[in-house]
Amino acid sequence: MSEVVLRGRAITRRWGGVIAVDNVSMDLARGEVHAVIGTNGAGKSTLINVLSGEIPASSGTVELLGADVTRWTQPRRARAGLGRSYQRNTVFEPFSVRENCRLAAQARHQRPWRWWSDASRCERSVDAGLRAARRAGLEGVLDRAAGLLSHGEKRQLEIAMCLATDPQVLLLDEPLAGMGAEETERMLSLLDGLREGHAILLVEHDMDAVFRIADRITVLVDGAVIASGVPAAVRANRDVQTAYLGGPA
Amino acid sequence: MSDSPPLRAAWIAAALAALALFPLFGGKFGVDLVTKMMVFAILALSLELLVGHVGLVCFGQAAFFGIAAYAVVRLTPQSQPASIWWLAPAAIGLAGIYALFMGSLSIRTRGVYFIMVTLAFSQMAYYVAHDTPLGGGSDGIYLSLVPTFRLAGFELADLSKARPFYYFALFVLASVFAFLAVLLRSRFGRALAGIRVNERRMRAAGFSTYPYKLAAFVISGMVAGIAGVLFAVKDGFVNPELMSWNVSGTVLMMIILCGLWSLHGAVLGAFAFSLLQELFKSQAIFGDFAKHWHLGVGATIILAVALLPRGIAGFAFSSRVKALKHYPGAGERYE
Amino acid sequence: MDIATFLVQCFNALQFGLLLFLVAAGLTLIFGIMGVINLAHGSFYMIGAYMAYALAPAFAAHAGWGFFAALATGLVIAIALGYALEWAFFSFLYERDHLQQVLMTYGLILVFEELRSILVGDDVHGVTAPDWLSASVPLGDLMSYPVYRLFMSAVCLAIAVGMYLVLSRTRLGMMIRAGASNREMVQSLGIDVKLIYRAMFAAGVALAVLAGMIAAPVSSVYPGMGNQVLIICFVVVVIGGIGSVRGALAAALLVGIVDTFGKVLFPQAAGVLVYVLMALVLVWKPDGLFKAT
Repeated sequence: MSEVVLRGRAITRRWGGVIAVDNVSMDLARGEVHAVIGTNGAGKSTLINVLSGEIPASSGTVELLGADVTRWTQPRRARAGLGRSYQRNTVFEPFSVRENCRLAAQARHQRPWRWWSDASRCERSVDAGLRAARRAGLEGVLDRAAGLLSHGEKRQLEIAMCLATDPQVLLLDEPLAGMGAEETERMLSLLDGLREGHAILLVEHDMDAVFRIADRITVLVDGAVIASGVPAAVRANRDVQTAYLGGPA
Repeated sequence: MSDSPPLRAAWIAAALAALALFPLFGGKFGVDLVTKMMVFAILALSLELLVGHVGLVCFGQAAFFGIAAYAVVRLTPQSQPASIWWLAPAAIGLAGIYALFMGSLSIRTRGVYFIMVTLAFSQMAYYVAHDTPLGGGSDGIYLSLVPTFRLAGFELADLSKARPFYYFALFVLASVFAFLAVLLRSRFGRALAGIRVNERRMRAAGFSTYPYKLAAFVISGMVAGIAGVLFAVKDGFVNPELMSWNVSGTVLMMIILCGLWSLHGAVLGAFAFSLLQELFKSQAIFGDFAKHWHLGVGATIILAVALLPRGIAGFAFSSRVKALKHYPGAGERYE
Repeated sequence: MDIATFLVQCFNALQFGLLLFLVAAGLTLIFGIMGVINLAHGSFYMIGAYMAYALAPAFAAHAGWGFFAALATGLVIAIALGYALEWAFFSFLYERDHLQQVLMTYGLILVFEELRSILVGDDVHGVTAPDWLSASVPLGDLMSYPVYRLFMSAVCLAIAVGMYLVLSRTRLGMMIRAGASNREMVQSLGIDVKLIYRAMFAAGVALAVLAGMIAAPVSSVYPGMGNQVLIICFVVVVIGGIGSVRGALAAALLVGIVDTFGKVLFPQAAGVLVYVLMALVLVWKPDGLFKAT
């Protein structure tokens, strides 16, 4: 039985009168890819934002590696091992790929008071950044400005920056967004390779990809969980079929 | 200006040499003018850190400049000169404290609020100087005695004389420049750059951005304070106008004028803008109309920003990467 | 403080607050809807005051309605000026980032101030209120309150009510509010957003000019009055929340109260109290008291 690294319990998030996330509970275990799917507006992004700490939950708790992090800010959770990638690229466009990864890795060893030491000579962040870049398949473009990368490469960089801090949990928001077939393949094999040692929560719209790679799937409709389990079970689930997959298969 | 380090180092060395040799043939007015330009260059550098590097558009830099200047005048005893060794740090420290106060409240605001709040807080300082006994009113106050610059009994420089003060100011400018250059490529500096480009990503990676921004704000305020100290010693007179938003607006203009968005860009902009002001003030060219020099300056600002959004250098450097590289506001709209 | 003095200060606070609201409403709307931060907004207030001074002799002969004729003339000029400025200058600022807007409008302030200096000089001027408004209303045994100030408050209040009605009850108001949240959407519906923006901007200018005109007899006309008002308006907008007219009203009244009573109770601290208020509000609500309209 794998270790549960991230646990959300009865998470609810309200905006004024609207309930964006309705009593959602979920577990994320090491070595598994857990996909969250749902129609637009189903609350997937809000859920991820609550888990990552960008917005507070109206009620419910979030546990990371056993600790209650419900009140922790996002940077604090990140330092504790929670990595996050965004649907829209948040890479540093003016910097090189190398610097992008190095800067992200620097979050682990910040030491800002050493104002005299050149950052690019800081071995730890340089090495960690390089490792992450290589893992994401970006060796060929290390010295290119991130803004000049192709869309697929930018998505890879987004993942690389996530990996640079050596997180235990990865919250990935639509990593395949806007990708063509070939790029999707590359990203999927990258994600597959990351499975070991990490717990991955994946929000995605690409159903084929989701059913290929996910170990477990949770389906959200109007902010509430209507099904959760292995892909085969979810696919066979009546409610999911009507609400989301468009009628019985 | 090229990006290659040896070439840039050569340029900087040449500029330093030129500045060092200038007093030999500059004449009294020239030395006075260039000294003032150097003081403003330091002020511009302080704002470059905040606006250019961190992306916080502060419209209140004049407050730190003025507070330090006032502190120099107020802290100097009537009977004997103070030593710059304690006077300067004290004045700079006071500027830093106000920066801490201003920063802690304004950094929590976003976008346009930040501009308005920093402007408002600097006006607060202006009113304290203008209306309360602490400030001495709109007439301003005179520095009773120029501080001494001695070490182990030796007078290192007579700060009341033009030439020694010129070299003192040059030394301070070079030191501030060097300090900021080192700071900006340190981990702290790179983190600040990251915050400017994408604060969200920085937070997602694990950087608590508020302390970084606050630290930058305080450092910027203290560097502005250094300029204020030099100004007070040089002019021997301070008045509330030092804290007016005219000064803040002028410095903001200086850093974007050259469009290089770098430390040397700020220094160049300070010199260029000062020359421009002198041009418009010149009675030789404009005769009687010269008293309305603000008109020329205002029109120049409008035209410069309108036509050259990336400053004068925008003309010369149009490659896409360079465009990506530094312009902090490019395409970013605050909510 | 006895009752009469207290009442006087209350009325003063109300009058000051309402006047501020007039200027701040234009500022906050222009920012909230068009996304332009306009440092030169205070200059319009100054222009209004100087116009009152300049137009006064022209209409002095006509005792009764001369005052309103001057106001109307000023408003027409203001609207024309607003239209022209938006077309020639501000429409280019919509796509620019805030730093550029700040700098360009800062340059505009310098230009306005110098033009004023060239055209009208740097002297301080007084403007007399029309005779029929120059009386005073008695308050208790010893004090009385100038009718003109009550008139000012009434005008500002009427405009505030009018704005509320237009923004919340009319189609125009709906279009304006829609344009604030989604420019492209409104445009695709066939509504000429450019025209709305131009009209809005002109309205904002007119509000500031009107405020300056009616304030002139009370505050007198002097260089730098525009900048002073602008900074206080910034404080009002920050406290009230950018883009919120309701917030501007609440904040303006709050600032009016704090400033007026502050000057009476703590004369040493005088102008500083308003900023202390702003600091306190920021600690509690960094985004201002109200959300955008």
